[in-house]
Amino acid sequence: MDNTTIKQVEPARGARKENLAGYIFVGPLFIGLTVLTIIPTLLSLVLSFTDWSFIAGFDKIKFVGFKNYSMLFDDNVFRISMKNNLILLLVVPIQLVLSLIIAVVIDRFVFFKSFFKVIFFLPYISSIVAVAIVFQLLFHPSYGPINQFLLAIGVKNPPLWLADIHYALPSVMIILVWIGIGFCLIVYLAALQSIPRDLYESADIDGAGSWTRFMKITFPLVSPTTFFLLVTGLISTFKSFDIIKVLTEGKPAYSTSVITYYLYTTAFENLKTGYASAIAWFLFGCVLLITLVQLNVQKRWVNY
Amino acid sequence: MDKQNKIGKWIATILLAFVGIAFILPFVWMISASFKPEIDVFKYPIDWIPKHWNAYENYKDVWSGEHPFALYYWNTIKVTVLTTLLSLLVSSMAAYGFSHLEFRGKNFLFVIVLMTFMVPSASILVPQFLIFKWLHLFDSHTGLIIIGSFSALGTFMLRQFFMGIHKDYLDAGRMDGAGHPRLFMGIALPLVRPALATYGILRFIWTWNDYANPLIFLRSDKLATVQIGIQKFATESGAFYSLIMAGTVSAIIPLIVIFIVGQKQVIEGVALGGVKG
Repeated sequence: MDNTTIKQVEPARGARKENLAGYIFVGPLFIGLTVLTIIPTLLSLVLSFTDWSFIAGFDKIKFVGFKNYSMLFDDNVFRISMKNNLILLLVVPIQLVLSLIIAVVIDRFVFFKSFFKVIFFLPYISSIVAVAIVFQLLFHPSYGPINQFLLAIGVKNPPLWLADIHYALPSVMIILVWIGIGFCLIVYLAALQSIPRDLYESADIDGAGSWTRFMKITFPLVSPTTFFLLVTGLISTFKSFDIIKVLTEGKPAYSTSVITYYLYTTAFENLKTGYASAIAWFLFGCVLLITLVQLNVQKRWVNY
Repeated sequence: MDKQNKIGKWIATILLAFVGIAFILPFVWMISASFKPEIDVFKYPIDWIPKHWNAYENYKDVWSGEHPFALYYWNTIKVTVLTTLLSLLVSSMAAYGFSHLEFRGKNFLFVIVLMTFMVPSASILVPQFLIFKWLHLFDSHTGLIIIGSFSALGTFMLRQFFMGIHKDYLDAGRMDGAGHPRLFMGIALPLVRPALATYGILRFIWTWNDYANPLIFLRSDKLATVQIGIQKFATESGAFYSLIMAGTVSAIIPLIVIFIVGQKQVIEGVALGGVKG
């Protein structure tokens, strides 16, 4: 309203002033994002078509077209890392099921709600480095508390966890589920609280049991939340880096290597800037794909 | 509530309490190990409450030993506090601009801001590294602070709250002849204080826990943050697990304190925005 009055009196000057104020307010963010995100994104696209190492200097840059991308598909380590990334995505549905169960229990069946919220949220706010170091000890093959416990209750040959090719990735997944439950739980609890109580009351009058109530009321009404958590979970799990770097460094024998970790070693240890940029754009492509699928599926799948 | 229901609720509470305790056992183990002499760390059955106490010696060793833990701490506090403040300033300014100002290209710029949100940080590490080298920001706290301070997520989150401010409040200020800087500082910011607190605490936690950025953009040991410090400490002190646990406890404690103080804001923020760092 105020804008129009100003415009009527002094159209040009008022609008120009408002324009200037606008640019001043969003300017810092925009300059920052340009330098830190937009230019790097484009630069990494350009670099992905080159054979180059950043220690070599710009005169050594060599454009090789799509060679880096075609190399990706013949690269065994890359393929293993991609496969591991896809397996890791299983973490998300497990997290969702467990956190929804706990959320329903906290919401309806217990005292001290906020105490339980804090307990389950603790891993999420703790640093991944600290968590990874603690789990390295807990999972220690010979004297870690987990295996000592398993031996004590009579398990003859407990798994070697992070030291075993077959158990290393599942161990990482257990830790990821543990870290992420709190976040899903808090979001689910907020969703549960927004379900109108009289829906449950009328279900009670109709004589619906707990299970029917859950399947007919709770589950459909939290489906937008489930969908949201599914998408953000898939994206953030796909981008996991810290946990792998600190916990396993992709070992043993690449059994826990993931794309971001392979990107990191390619770029900063093997110093193949061009090739690393192709991996970077592949990663970006995967995240975009998940986002696009999300936008398409959202309307059909979710009950609002 | 009838009596039967109440008993049921107590039983459920007790059962869930067991699940909860099992859930945080790794933390309990960590704290307990940090209080023990080295030879008791892996003793089985586990002494959850240490039989022999060695807490003072462990923590003293960590804090005044070879690895300058106090320095790592100070570095982290400096970087985290400055990142949080700068990020709040940049994001709230932009959020105000995008919600209460009309300027040419506003929607276009906002779409671009949202698009940057989709770029995974790992995808741009290499070019960021190159740009930081050119700008002489590599291996400096300034660089690390800058990298954490320009957040599309924070802007988006705060914008939702700025949009909740009714135009009348700002119009009243404009009648008194206030320009945008004064409207922003004097009227808008105080009205969204709870949102600032929420975002500030989340940004603090994320920056404190950040591992990838210090790993890549810092090199000197004297600039290292706690996350880098404890990892180094864990790999270099070999088998001194009680000390390593004292280090990890030290790294987590400030966050637990902040979380308990700002619990309401954190949980509300996460629940409302459904944000994820």
